[in-house]
Amino acid sequence: MSTETEVVPPRAKVTEIDTVVIRFVGDSGDGMQLTGTQFADTTALVGNDLATLPDFPAEIRAPAGTLAGVSGYQISFSSRDIKTPGDQPDVLVAMNPAALKTNIGDLEEGGILIVDTDAFTEGNLAKAGCKTNPLKDRSLTGFRVFDIPLTSLTLQAVAEAGLTGRQATRCKNFFALGLVFWLYERPVDYTREWIEKKFKDHEQMAKANTLALLAGYNYADTTEVFTNHFRVRKAQLLPGTYRKITGNEATATGFITAALLSGRPLFYGSYPITPASDVLHELSRFKNYPVKTFQAEDEISAIGAAIGASYGGALGLTGTSGPGVALKSEAIGLAVMTELPLVIANIQRGGPSTGLPTKTEQADLFQAVLGRNGECPVAVVAPATPADCFAMAIEAFRIATRFMTPVFFLSDGYLGNGAEPWKIPPKSELPELDVRFRTEQEGFQPYLRDPKTLARPWAVPGTPGLEHRIGGLEKEDVTGNVSYDPQNHEKMVRLRAEKIARIASDIPRVEVFGKDSGRVLVVGWGSTYGAITSAVEELQEKGRPVSSIHLRYLNPFPANLGDVLRRFEKVLVPELNLGQLSMLIRARYLVDAIGLNKVQGKPFRVSEITRAIEELLRG
Amino acid sequence: MPSGVDVKGPKPTRADFATDQTVRWCPGCGDYSILAQVQKVMPNLGVARENIVFVSGIGCSSRFPYYMNTYGFHSIHGRAPTIATGIKVSRPELSVWVVTGDGDGLSIGGNHLIHAMRRNLDIKILLFNNRIYGLTKGQYSPTSEFGKKTKSSPFGTAEQPINPLGVALASECTFVARSVDIDTQHLSSIIERAARHRGTAFIEIYQNCNIFNDGAFEDFVAREVRTDRMIQIEHGKPLVFGKERRKGIRLRGFHPEVVTIGESGVSESDLLVHDETPQEPALAYLLSRMSYPEYPVPVGVFYRADRPRYEEIVEQQSIQATARFGAGSIERLLDSGETYKVT
Ligand code: SF4
Repeated sequence: MSTETEVVPPRAKVTEIDTVVIRFVGDSGDGMQLTGTQFADTTALVGNDLATLPDFPAEIRAPAGTLAGVSGYQISFSSRDIKTPGDQPDVLVAMNPAALKTNIGDLEEGGILIVDTDAFTEGNLAKAGCKTNPLKDRSLTGFRVFDIPLTSLTLQAVAEAGLTGRQATRCKNFFALGLVFWLYERPVDYTREWIEKKFKDHEQMAKANTLALLAGYNYADTTEVFTNHFRVRKAQLLPGTYRKITGNEATATGFITAALLSGRPLFYGSYPITPASDVLHELSRFKNYPVKTFQAEDEISAIGAAIGASYGGALGLTGTSGPGVALKSEAIGLAVMTELPLVIANIQRGGPSTGLPTKTEQADLFQAVLGRNGECPVAVVAPATPADCFAMAIEAFRIATRFMTPVFFLSDGYLGNGAEPWKIPPKSELPELDVRFRTEQEGFQPYLRDPKTLARPWAVPGTPGLEHRIGGLEKEDVTGNVSYDPQNHEKMVRLRAEKIARIASDIPRVEVFGKDSGRVLVVGWGSTYGAITSAVEELQEKGRPVSSIHLRYLNPFPANLGDVLRRFEKVLVPELNLGQLSMLIRARYLVDAIGLNKVQGKPFRVSEITRAIEELLRG
Repeated sequence: MPSGVDVKGPKPTRADFATDQTVRWCPGCGDYSILAQVQKVMPNLGVARENIVFVSGIGCSSRFPYYMNTYGFHSIHGRAPTIATGIKVSRPELSVWVVTGDGDGLSIGGNHLIHAMRRNLDIKILLFNNRIYGLTKGQYSPTSEFGKKTKSSPFGTAEQPINPLGVALASECTFVARSVDIDTQHLSSIIERAARHRGTAFIEIYQNCNIFNDGAFEDFVAREVRTDRMIQIEHGKPLVFGKERRKGIRLRGFHPEVVTIGESGVSESDLLVHDETPQEPALAYLLSRMSYPEYPVPVGVFYRADRPRYEEIVEQQSIQATARFGAGSIERLLDSGETYKVT
């Protein structure tokens, strides 16, 4: 990328560090998500490894200045390979008292705190429930505080753009961004280009935001408020082409890729729901691809239409979060009975009921594996990182079409909204998706199975001679006619279960991270991968006898899972729920899995996992 | 031309559309007659069997697909319109039919029905209205008359029935019709017109459940009284009925009234002339509310309009986007966004 810039190169003293964690916090109207995303985009282009954690309130605009309205974006970036957005920020940028109050507890001791002093008015302090002004009451003495009148400096800087006062004030996030860019030696060019594109129809706004950005940068450079700035060298990533990607973007990209690989169009039926709506937004853009999106009248219609599309020969996909899955359950049963390929993407959030719409949780595992009437098995896969959503989205359709079954794709809010660098795979490394319809009339039976996979044929309307009827009533083996015969019912129930069980021989075995046997095995699934792996890595470096495995396949489990579990004295299962995977493991393998459970709407900190492992090792 | 047109090969016959499955409706059920009419109409449409899909929900009527030798999908309660939507959007060339009932379509599946109609997908919806729950053995339905005593309402219902045609009109449906199971000629002609309509076609079919609600429509559909108590509405023709065709409907303000031609100075030119394609469906709505014994019960096409179809618009958007941006490929997809190289 170009490094051309109108700003002067920094003159202050440079300190090299390898990892930094910054958290931007402000009112939900302050543009903190935008600030964080811009910082992450530039950081990716600079060549650091990174991981992000956006955290926003459920209300779109909670009353300004209140604790409920605080929105945050945390990013960790490094010259090393990192897997989490960091336990605690080293740098906190707080735009108002409420943001400071709700986040200061997380800031590392001695960390950098940048605050907008203009926002510390009596009114804002009262809204945040601060009895005294933290900037004056010495409560912040443990931190390196930079109290800067961000709002008034922004207003001065953008004056020439001629915006209203309100509009001008809203540019202050770019001022703050400029400041932090300077502090960590990031160029402003990418954001400048972005502003120009974004506000191409609004010249004044483009100008004002650019002025604010540059003013922030130059302010840091010239005023010597900061005596230091920091250098984080490029990370030693594997050679290749990269792109910063969020989990939801990777999910959408993976599903479209599945369509292109299989030669079958993608049909996405969905109803808006946090935090899955971004998948709908993303897929709706790709109209020049074999992708059709359908915003349904409700969750049930979304899956019904996806099933109809599958029946018609498309890759039927529906996406939602836990409450939506609850509504779709009956239809999932229909897809199990009619044995049609279907993928259900659940971007999990805190539950039960409406729960915590914007917060992450892993408590829908039981729902995916077990949550339907009758014996109703489906395959379940779960991506481990934002970028892994790409691979697992393709994998979900590979399984769905190969075994003619619904497949759950269990992501969550943390993965969906979090971002990391993604090494774009060359086309040659993508899996094959060999999807075939039955066209041969001779010997056709709707429920005649492939001897290996037990899949029934995919015979789509429009194929002469294969006219047949399917539905939710129990099917007679082979013919697919309605049957209430008791023996046949048991046979079919067992066949459907066996079909899912056979997927185990079609998926990779689990690989142990660390030694193959030993004292403690940590077993994770889904979005806890980063925190678990970082914790285990850290302890392994200290010579502790701990290993880990990460399950991306939850139903069926990988074929060697039982063997691996038995090679360790103790098994620890960290999950963002009250012990769903550990119960499944206990039930299946009679292994005394010990849970480490957290349900706070937040991902694990690495330290929480290291502590639990150390305790197990001691005990 | 209806969707799925295929003129190759010898013309199929009615028998080609029957399956080997034993029909399991109660003897005497109105569903038999509807099935027979649909099977009769099918060969006229010039659509190959393999290009036709019947989708249903749950209920007696929803057994229908098993008896049609086409593709068929007997789904779950109330959801047939959603399945049909997915089929039609992903395979616009298919002829897609939804068979539903008063409980399936207007109670548990009410939401889907209205949204399918408002989108104007080119699907055909046959709603068998027997004003009762048959399959679950006799509870009142959303079209049961007020106060009706059933197993689940031994003291009479406390609910106002819904007007299916009113729902269709309010949902901006582009073809709204009503017919009766036993008037086979009328029924088959309406089904055929619905099939040829381009857009969502909704037909309410009065269907007798001789087990749980026998004679629900007998007062006006019985052969002896039909001509006096029902009125066939036809585009461009005055609303005349009765054995001697001397009775008619005149509009007084917003109020339809029954008049006799030749009495009190009424002549045929005073009568309301039916218009299927007016600017606004207000008249169709008025007609849909006429009920026996105050009025003759109207059957026929109440309203139709020509509007773009959902699946067609979606298809157009894809074509336009492809023309503008070029067809997508894996390489283009993966490289979209800001990429950077690490060496
Ligand atoms: S219960 Fe009524 S509607 Fe159902 S099949 Fe019997 S007669 Fe027909």
